Amino acid sequence: MTTITDILNTMDYGPAREDDAVAQDWLARHLAGLGHFIDGEFTPAGETFAVRNPATGGAIARVTQGTAADVERAVQAARKAQPGWAALSGHERARHLYALARHVQQHARLLALLETLNNGKPFRESRDADLPLVVRHFYHHAGWAELCEDEFSGKVPHGVCGQVIPWNFPLLMLAWKVAPALAAGNTVVLKPAEYTPLTALAFAEIAREAGLPKGVLNIVTGDGETGAALTGHPGIDKVAFTGSTEVGRIIRRQAAGTGKALTLELGGKSPFIVLADADLDAAVEGVVDAIWFNQGEVCCAGSRILVSESVAPRFETLLRRRMATLRTGDPMEKSTDIGAIVHPVQLDRIRRLVDQGTAEGAVLHQGSAPEGCFFPPTLVTGVEPASILSTEEIFGPVVTLTTFRTPDEAVSLANNTRYGLAASIWSESAALSLDVASKLRAGVVWINATNVFDAAAPFGGQRESGFGREGGREGMAAYLTGKPAQTGDETVLLPVSGLPGDAPMPGGIDRTAKLYIGGKQVRPDGGQSFTVRGSKGPLGLAGIGTRKDIRNAVEAARKAEGWSAQTGHARAQVLYFLAENLSARAAEFARRLESFGQSRRDAEAEVEASIRRIFWYAAQADKIDGASRQPLRDHLVLTVPEPLGLIGIACPVAHPLLGLLSLVLPAIAAGNRVVAIPSQAHPLPATDLYQVLDTSDLPGGVLNIVTGDRDQLARVLAEHDDVEAVWYAGSAEGAKAVEQASAGNLKQTWCLPGATDWSAAQGREFIDRAVQIKTVWMPFGG
Amino acid sequence: MPADTLRNQTRNPGMPLDTAMFEGHRINRLATERRAASLVSRRGVKKLHQAAWLVNAIRCIDLTTLAGDDTKGRVRRLCAKARQPLAPRIADALGLNPTVGAVCVYPTMTRHAVHALEGSGIPVASVATGFPAGLMPLRLRLEEIRYAVDEGAAEIDIVITREHALRGDWSALHDEIAAMRDACGEAHMKAILATGDLQTFGNVYAASMVAMQAGADFIKTSTGKEGVNATLPVSLVMVRALRDYLDATGHRVGFKPAGGMKTAKDALNWQFLMREEMGRDWLSPDLFRLGASSMLADIERQLDHFATGRYAAAHRHAIA
Repeated sequence: MTTITDILNTMDYGPAREDDAVAQDWLARHLAGLGHFIDGEFTPAGETFAVRNPATGGAIARVTQGTAADVERAVQAARKAQPGWAALSGHERARHLYALARHVQQHARLLALLETLNNGKPFRESRDADLPLVVRHFYHHAGWAELCEDEFSGKVPHGVCGQVIPWNFPLLMLAWKVAPALAAGNTVVLKPAEYTPLTALAFAEIAREAGLPKGVLNIVTGDGETGAALTGHPGIDKVAFTGSTEVGRIIRRQAAGTGKALTLELGGKSPFIVLADADLDAAVEGVVDAIWFNQGEVCCAGSRILVSESVAPRFETLLRRRMATLRTGDPMEKSTDIGAIVHPVQLDRIRRLVDQGTAEGAVLHQGSAPEGCFFPPTLVTGVEPASILSTEEIFGPVVTLTTFRTPDEAVSLANNTRYGLAASIWSESAALSLDVASKLRAGVVWINATNVFDAAAPFGGQRESGFGREGGREGMAAYLTGKPAQTGDETVLLPVSGLPGDAPMPGGIDRTAKLYIGGKQVRPDGGQSFTVRGSKGPLGLAGIGTRKDIRNAVEAARKAEGWSAQTGHARAQVLYFLAENLSARAAEFARRLESFGQSRRDAEAEVEASIRRIFWYAAQADKIDGASRQPLRDHLVLTVPEPLGLIGIACPVAHPLLGLLSLVLPAIAAGNRVVAIPSQAHPLPATDLYQVLDTSDLPGGVLNIVTGDRDQLARVLAEHDDVEAVWYAGSAEGAKAVEQASAGNLKQTWCLPGATDWSAAQGREFIDRAVQIKTVWMPFGG
Repeated sequence: MPADTLRNQTRNPGMPLDTAMFEGHRINRLATERRAASLVSRRGVKKLHQAAWLVNAIRCIDLTTLAGDDTKGRVRRLCAKARQPLAPRIADALGLNPTVGAVCVYPTMTRHAVHALEGSGIPVASVATGFPAGLMPLRLRLEEIRYAVDEGAAEIDIVITREHALRGDWSALHDEIAAMRDACGEAHMKAILATGDLQTFGNVYAASMVAMQAGADFIKTSTGKEGVNATLPVSLVMVRALRDYLDATGHRVGFKPAGGMKTAKDALNWQFLMREEMGRDWLSPDLFRLGASSMLADIERQLDHFATGRYAAAHRHAIA
């Protein structure tokens, strides 16, 4: 038997397990199996599957495999409840969310214990990280419910939200999804992850106890099939998904053309940059919080350490020493740092990737881990940017370490990834770290910190890490909508044909409408033109743009990155100049519009509206402001709106001038570069613009125009991996094709009906669509 | 039990001033505070292990009285507690009878303490060098060290001249501490940095490094008289400094937090810090001391609870 004297020799910590009695009582209560939570009641258990405690491998509960019929009933319940829920005043919804926060707080220990029993994460983390964030999320959104009508006037909830969440932070992800949805007046059908459904069901009990109205929140358990039935259900108005990029892509394709709103929070391979002037001990501790928190099962885990060559040896020494003190094991033990991997399937995935990495020559440095579903903390050296361990998301406690020579090289290495979720920068220089932060492609940047979250700070990614934000004003906005007014039907498009016309063109010196790429007029690569028809016969020829023209236009736009770095003032100056030059040629443009059959009055009105619109976006250009938030003490959080980068825009047929400008102006005012496909039937007002653009000092490549078959060219843009977003104003089929094709690099899409009321198509929403928020965390303290 | 463990250690010989070992060293305050907070929430001990860790804390306590109204009688009472920190019935239940690491007093109280501790093996530590402010002529401060050593002090807790650190006059600080180390002779020297006065972690790290380069056997946070005394974050900074000094020179230096630590939980937290950052060796009194006076009473209460299963009352334990 161990004696005090023995312990005095070793000074071991010894066993210190949490008492999990209340969670065991909960499991005992549900021994018969758990059903779904639909319309305020638990259904009887159906066909069930076992839920396991990964730390022991033992089954701890049985939950129901949700069928299409279960999903149908849940969606119907949510649909039935939605009008009443949305009709409540913001204050009344706030009371409900406040009650949810309070009741979760009262049951925090039960929920934290259940989370650990089901997920395998250390109880300390469930208690100190997950649960406080869950409670905070509901409080924060109780506030948004209260303020919704004031702060988002004119916006309405989407309706019924279908939400699918992952297994790494089961209850926290539920909170991130449910709180804003309910605050905005939506109702919810949520499917928790197959491995970790228990806290969602316990939460449903708590919501019932807290008096949440029936049908407002529905929980259906099951596997990926259940999830697909939910996200594919036609009765869902908005889909919100957090999970793997693989599944995100499937959901993107599934939702294409349905008109469902969509936000995706997907994978990452986030860089962790240690600059030469960093506090190395702080950075080492940062690595612990980045990749050895939650077993590394964190979408925004800093999994690629990039360290300055000048401090790399010392940093690695300190890191390896620190790794040796980490304790992997029983998550209920007070002194456990790393708990169990969620499921043997995930453990296999980690092992497989690590094995592939070592086969490639990677060198492993590992701590220890017990037998069972555990993986030791692992540092990998000897990897290159192309190594599998550098490119693939592992979702385990495995981190790579590579070096860089200069901060610029660090940025290049950091951005050398398909993903763009988070980044962490370690430096004691505010100037340097902010410079690096501004250059990183990531939705969240932590300076001298990592994996810090708060309900008021938007979280979300770019590139293949998804789109949309959760938390704060931006997160709320994602659960509200304001549909633009529509007028009539989309104009029927005649096919673009390269055959010669059947009537003579108007007289005068022949003016050839070419394409506009990189600030130059160029002939279409295919060497073909099509006849542009006016109301009284052919008006001229326009180039038939091809895949290669789109490719060239994208390359030109990519090179025009200086535009994105310009000040808002500088961009405004160019836009004002554009208005000036368009105004000087107003009569000519009005005549051009008339030639397509508009009355003189309408044509003049469109030109005048166009000039006004240019002024409006010139006015906006230097007012696209971010905000500073202070969610935690001594943490300054900046939300910085950044241009998306490169936007492909397919313009409506009608309003060939105003339609084009309505979409292009917000994009370039916000600093994006654009490849636009002008009105397919009436491209000449756009091609006439070339000279105006040239005389307005718009840098070459900022706006590129490719005429031709709209839907064909839009598809090429949507498939292009170097395009960040596509806006499409046209037919429903065209929109569907664009949305489907966008799944390739998970670019953002915005599809508007071609028959949108373009005279009113102006406003903050257009700018909001043209930017993405980068949330920069800057803890301070001297 | 832990008598004269200091004697077993190879002393830090010090080295010439090398500012490169601390200039340019960056410390991020919030990250340090974050680590200090997580460090103690990540580790826990229960039951038998908790009892052992509390016993270990007793072995590392510098049981202290440093008040203007100290008398021979007060010092004798403190020494009695140092010899028998736990009520005999608690010691019996634990099966061991620990004594404290040292008794820490003013120079003029040293002789009383030495007499009171005779035969116990418990060393007497004396503060010196114009404690707590240290603003006396150097000649007098060195003389005070020699006086305390003559009175029988085996350990001397010196205070640094904060002005040197605040002005960045590291060579003046190094010269001064080296002279003090000489004056200490065989007595071991603990250098009090008065971290509450130094304020910034950069100052604390630099002063730690200079004190070690000047030959300190221990670096110590506080006099107990500053506005802010021992905190976990400042302790973390100092412990990392002694780790870096060890890495650079191979010499082991001890650490003594002092002031403001009152509870058994504090005793555990600081031990967790040493265990996690430095390992097992820095949980022995030759490399770790807790400068405290009221902490012992709380430890005794906790151990009484462990021994009897009942919550204890302070008046049933002998006061220090």
